[in-house]
Amino acid sequence: MEIEDPRPVPEPVHLHVPPPETSMRPASFVQPDLPLTDPAVLTSPTMLQVERLNLYYGSKQALFDVDLKVARNSVMSFIGPSGCGKSTLLRCLNRMNDLIDDVRVEGRVLLGDTDLYAPGTDVIALRKRAGMVFQKSNPFPKSIFENVAYGLRIQGEGDRSTLEDAVERSLKGAGLWEEVKDRLKDSAQGLSGGQQQRLCIARALAVRPEVILMDEPCSALDPIATARVEELIMELKREFTIVIVTHNMQQAARVSDHTAFFWMGKLIETGLTEKMFTNPGHRMTEDYITGRFG
Amino acid sequence: MRQFDQELKDLRDGILAMAGLAEQMIDLTIQAMMERSRTKADEVMALDRNLDEWELKLDRMCVDLLALRAPAAGDLRLIASSLKIVPEIERIGDHCCNIARRATYVHPPILSTGSLERLGQETRGMVRMAVDAFIGSDAGLARTVIKADDSVDALYGHIYRELLRLMMADPLTIERASHLILVIKNWERIADQATNIAEEVLFILEGRSAKHTYLHEDSVE
Repeated sequence: MEIEDPRPVPEPVHLHVPPPETSMRPASFVQPDLPLTDPAVLTSPTMLQVERLNLYYGSKQALFDVDLKVARNSVMSFIGPSGCGKSTLLRCLNRMNDLIDDVRVEGRVLLGDTDLYAPGTDVIALRKRAGMVFQKSNPFPKSIFENVAYGLRIQGEGDRSTLEDAVERSLKGAGLWEEVKDRLKDSAQGLSGGQQQRLCIARALAVRPEVILMDEPCSALDPIATARVEELIMELKREFTIVIVTHNMQQAARVSDHTAFFWMGKLIETGLTEKMFTNPGHRMTEDYITGRFG
Repeated sequence: MRQFDQELKDLRDGILAMAGLAEQMIDLTIQAMMERSRTKADEVMALDRNLDEWELKLDRMCVDLLALRAPAAGDLRLIASSLKIVPEIERIGDHCCNIARRATYVHPPILSTGSLERLGQETRGMVRMAVDAFIGSDAGLARTVIKADDSVDALYGHIYRELLRLMMADPLTIERASHLILVIKNWERIADQATNIAEEVLFILEGRSAKHTYLHEDSVE
């Protein structure tokens, strides 16, 4: 008599072996002709778009054919070794490089629909749309209030009530309001390093930018102040698009939605941060984020 | 070699040593069953303590590496998967003990063929291949292990039905057959553990989960 096996008959195991992703995982370690770009980046609404960007300091080329998209209401980190061009590219995003002599830029940078480098672009208006926060906090030798109100004042805003509203809104946005609301007339120089950096962020927010560019904003801060700025970045992305240059791999992993890795002025790879830090497509990216570069 | 690379090598070497111990336990378990050897069964159970010690040591290494080195990419996958591989090896030891302690209860033999030994050997082969795939970073070998699990499952089903048949035909076999059902279930579980290790190897090497593939066949990564 044939006895039935009481167990349910197991389903055959279907091995799912995806085809090799040749576009994401080149066989050799040679730098690819085109950077690796995660498709998710390409399908998101775009706030910033860099197209075939080349930048020269005199005869020295610092950026090579950079193509990049930054999604709206997202945080993108630029990472790479010193001199790789990440800060240079960041400064291209609001034409800060115009302040340096002998700089030549080729290619296009679009902020929304605006071509930043088109003839006749109003650079002052542009910098209002894309504010910058620097490595070292740089409060003006003025009161906390006047630091935040400064951008609006130079735009001609003189109404006290409007300025007060903007200062309060910006300081709240930067997570600083509760700490300074009772001493707005005090000198900004008396704030701690972390508070000064958040004040600079508030100053950038006051003119209601669309994009906030941050160049190593936490490199001079202690871990507690760094954590507050990182929390702030994650809150601000609901309203703004943020691009941050950082040497801190863990910071890039913590705060950014997308990460772009640069080397020698070239964009090597960009993609979702979790993928870049768990399974990068390019060997150079892996070597850099695991500390084996060079 | 960088200090971190040395620490990763120590982790891999530790897993290799632990897996070697598990393979030794499997060999002894097969011998204990075939020879009805209480001595070898006791050896298996004594070795289990060493395996448990390895588990604690390697767990601690992994947690230290995560806390102190903030690993990324391939390093992160190696450490994260090691945290899963180590308990799989430890469970292999437990299953060996479960089999070995029944070595003296399953004689005289009631299974007419060498199917029981074959189940042990096939399972042993899967464990060996899974460990080789880990050490040699061999994705092809890891996939071979996963495929081999079907063969072990089929053999398990075949012996299971044979034992039911024997128990129905002769009630005097029920006690031995009951022990044997637990024995073959433990072998089948060891094969599952080898499969799980192979899936972790694929994750380490390729960065995508090889588990429950039916769940992400339709999804877009």
